[in-house]
Amino acid sequence: MTAVTATPSDPAVTPRVGPIEGLRQSLTLAWRTLVQIRHNPWELGDFSFQPIMFVLLFTYVFGGAISGSTGEYLTFALPGIIVMNMVFVTMYVGLGLNTDLTKGVFDRLRSLPLARWAPLAGRITADLVKQAWSVALLLGVGALLGFRLGASVVGLIGMVVLLLVFALAFSWVSVLVGVLAKDPEQVQLFGFTALFPVTFVSNVFVPTQTMPGWLQAFVEINPVTLLSDAARGLLVGGPVAGPAIGSLLWAAGITAVFAPLSVWGLKRRV
Amino acid sequence: MTDLMIDAADVSKAFGDVKALDGVSLQVPKGTVTGLLGHNGAGKTTLVNLLTTVLPLDAGGATVAGHDVTTDGHEVRSRIGLTGQFASVDEQLTGLHNLVLIARLLGASRRQAADRASELLELFDLAAAADRKVDTYSGGMKRRLDLAASLVGHPDVVFLDEPTTGLDPTSRLGLWEIVEKLVDDGTTVLLTTQYLEEADRLADSITVLSNGQVVAAGTAAELKADIGQRTVAITLAEAAAAPEALAALRRAGFSPIHDEGRRAMTIPVDAANALAAVVRALDDANAEVAELALHEPTLDDVYLTLTHQAAA
Repeated sequence: MTAVTATPSDPAVTPRVGPIEGLRQSLTLAWRTLVQIRHNPWELGDFSFQPIMFVLLFTYVFGGAISGSTGEYLTFALPGIIVMNMVFVTMYVGLGLNTDLTKGVFDRLRSLPLARWAPLAGRITADLVKQAWSVALLLGVGALLGFRLGASVVGLIGMVVLLLVFALAFSWVSVLVGVLAKDPEQVQLFGFTALFPVTFVSNVFVPTQTMPGWLQAFVEINPVTLLSDAARGLLVGGPVAGPAIGSLLWAAGITAVFAPLSVWGLKRRV
Repeated sequence: MTDLMIDAADVSKAFGDVKALDGVSLQVPKGTVTGLLGHNGAGKTTLVNLLTTVLPLDAGGATVAGHDVTTDGHEVRSRIGLTGQFASVDEQLTGLHNLVLIARLLGASRRQAADRASELLELFDLAAAADRKVDTYSGGMKRRLDLAASLVGHPDVVFLDEPTTGLDPTSRLGLWEIVEKLVDDGTTVLLTTQYLEEADRLADSITVLSNGQVVAAGTAAELKADIGQRTVAITLAEAAAAPEALAALRRAGFSPIHDEGRRAMTIPVDAANALAAVVRALDDANAEVAELALHEPTLDDVYLTLTHQAAA
């Protein structure tokens, strides 16, 4: 028993679970999310085969027309495809959260003596593992097709870290969608209708200069573009500081807006 | 120290303008089953959610297993098990993994978690399906797994929110037996249900909720005696004798209920000894009786009377 008893105003945040214990719980919940993949191989297909398909289709169908040669195009497009895939994979956080909410699993977790942040942290941790896997897979496939790292190993590590930091921030968007959506289908619908255009209207697949002026304005400030430029700089060579800072500013902005909204939405939902 | 495992006093909760609970008090002694009866929207699930710290309460206070739900939520959560209205197990995991997950979250080692999970799967007759994904389970199996999940941490108090809704009779019976076994082992149970039969069989005491308020509380026998109505059911030998029999019964101060042309009639009575008065009245009318029976009130009568009163 503690001598000094705090009087928390909200039972939902009673701080009784230490950070180490909370971390252990988060990792257990992350394990749960990753074990699910073993039982749902199609999910693995979603964030493994789909991006590989994108690489193959764009490189061999459009590559020659856009860059003159497929090899040159691969160098241009692969970093962007890695970024685009990161954005899509982030949606699994919201999808899983929504499934837990609609199936009542979230209520069960709330009735257990867990750190209140553990369920969310577990989801996001599992997502970061999926992200790392996707990046490794895409780089591996790229290497097989002839993609050569033009920069150092430090550049590669830098790209992975930058990508994961942005994924962490973008998870909050996914959490909010997961909390607001009525069912998992709506989360998937959001992924298609909102994320598809946002990721496509960028310089992932084609250089910005080939687009009409009004579109260029949007493409240039799109975080997907900034991240893709930073990834190109870090993997292949080229300017890094500008796009990297721009990406981090976006990450900070997204977190500042969506983290409080998500927490508010989650409190309202349960 | 008190031996009340649930002690709620004047608990209120509103969702916007809707008062889900309005000054509800509830006391559950250790090792007993309390049945919470009420129609949909009466506030049963809300009360369970407040007591399990899933939702914060607006007013009043409650302790569960001796700990305040508002200031000591973590301690409460360490001592309870919750089985929700819908089987809240992860359908994308196997039965075994579901239980291992909960055990690990409660701090068990890998080994302990695996042992506890196997033990529960055995107890709930799910051992054969341990490595199957839960979305291949039948409704009854999911419910059993859900209940098993809420028992992983050896809780002192178990909350069962409509545990048998949607189950077939065999599965329901199986679940009842498990609950009875739990209580024999000293666990305290709060059970919400819409099935009066279930409350009658399992609950030591019953609390009836209507529109967020307690409208009656007591043992099943007390509720039946206080609120229920005994009735005498009579079948006359001939329908032609009915008018005279009815007239005689009314003269004796009864209010018989009778459909014209039928031989049967029902007479609400207050006490068992009214039976003699009924027989005398029928004898006066020279009505020959083919069948006569005294019916004790059922919990259904109690429930219908109460909820009808509350709605009126």
